[in-house]
Amino acid sequence: MKQHKKALAVWIFAVLALLAGALLAGPRPRAETVQQAMRDAVLHNLNRVSLFGIKEVNPGLISAFAVTAFLLAAAACIRVFAVPKFKDAPGRLQLVLEEIVGLFDRMARSNSPHRNGFLGAYLFAAGAYVFVGTLFELLGLEAVTAGGEPITLPAPLSDVNAAIALGTLSYLVILSGGVAGAGLKGIGRTLKEFSLPISMSFRLFGALLSGLLVTELVYYYVNLSFVLPVVVGVLFTLLHALIQCYVLTMLTALFYGEVSEPAVPKPASRK
Amino acid sequence: MNIPLNIDWQQILLHWMNLAILAGGLYFLLFAPVKKFMDQRAGRYAARDAEIAQKLAEAEQLKAEYQAKLDGADEEIHAAQAKAQQAAQQSAEEQLARARAEAGQLLAKARAEAEYSKETARKASQRELKELAAQAAKKLASRMQEDPFEQFLNAAQGQGGTAHEER
Repeated sequence: MKQHKKALAVWIFAVLALLAGALLAGPRPRAETVQQAMRDAVLHNLNRVSLFGIKEVNPGLISAFAVTAFLLAAAACIRVFAVPKFKDAPGRLQLVLEEIVGLFDRMARSNSPHRNGFLGAYLFAAGAYVFVGTLFELLGLEAVTAGGEPITLPAPLSDVNAAIALGTLSYLVILSGGVAGAGLKGIGRTLKEFSLPISMSFRLFGALLSGLLVTELVYYYVNLSFVLPVVVGVLFTLLHALIQCYVLTMLTALFYGEVSEPAVPKPASRK
Repeated sequence: MNIPLNIDWQQILLHWMNLAILAGGLYFLLFAPVKKFMDQRAGRYAARDAEIAQKLAEAEQLKAEYQAKLDGADEEIHAAQAKAQQAAQQSAEEQLARARAEAGQLLAKARAEAEYSKETARKASQRELKELAAQAAKKLASRMQEDPFEQFLNAAQGQGGTAHEER
């Protein structure tokens, strides 16, 4: 009992000491104002990162590559070490993997009963990318800008280019489903939804950007950096990850199913 | 051309490339193997289900066959019982008829015998009567031929002798 009290006292002391130190030290003199930081979060025209010395790109692209590398490495490890040990009565990891794969596969089957093999695979990849990409900002990985300033890598989809890429790619996938399922009629059906790539892209961008702006704002002021980030940083990001993953995959599956439905010949009308 | 929001086509293409690599990699490394395993397992379970259903159907068929056999056996038993009953009844009737016939024969025989006996007795009695009648006639005739005096003496002799003897 005495030991517990001692540990508690040490812990409280450490927390208070760190808090006092942070307040006394004050914030590092910033190279940019909050307005500039917010503007750069939207436009990415200040803090650009060099891509292997070839070109300066938005940090979101580096994040996207990092997310892809992480996902592929994890998938390779699972493929090599876990998949061969799969059993009929699944363990915990197998259960989680089967549930994730089954979730997207079922989503594809239920929304697009006619053609769903490719759709399931695409939904799985897009869902994993959106979910892991959104959680990626929690890691706070650091990169160095072309100007030598350190920055924290943002979520890939908070970059408008990444959001547009994913939105338009989803639209192209829907278009391919239309062509494969209903031929020219499918193309017509897909083109009728011309606003879809814009809405998909900017929904993702808006949702992720709002999270990024709030986080930027909170972390810009040291006084807001206590307790509050637990809510705005972790909980909101988790919610964003789940919601955006669900929305994008569900919309893609829904439209894919709609446009890939085989055309039913009209019954000949009697005159 | 200055595109608003710092949209960069080159970066969009790079993102596309990144997404294509990710989609292909995840498909070959994770989605396809896990789905294949799940499908194979579902196939195994479906095959097992079908096998169980087939065995169940076979068992049901066997049960129905045995039930039919049991029902047939019951009917056979009933038929055999009825047949045996009928045979027993027929045999009893035959025996009864035979007994009746035998009884009739016996009765006829007894009647014939009785008739014969009666006839024999009647004939014997007639013969006896004839003999008696002849004897009586003979006696009468002999009496008619005797002398009345002698008849008187004989009669008196007969009566005196009796009185003397009584004393």
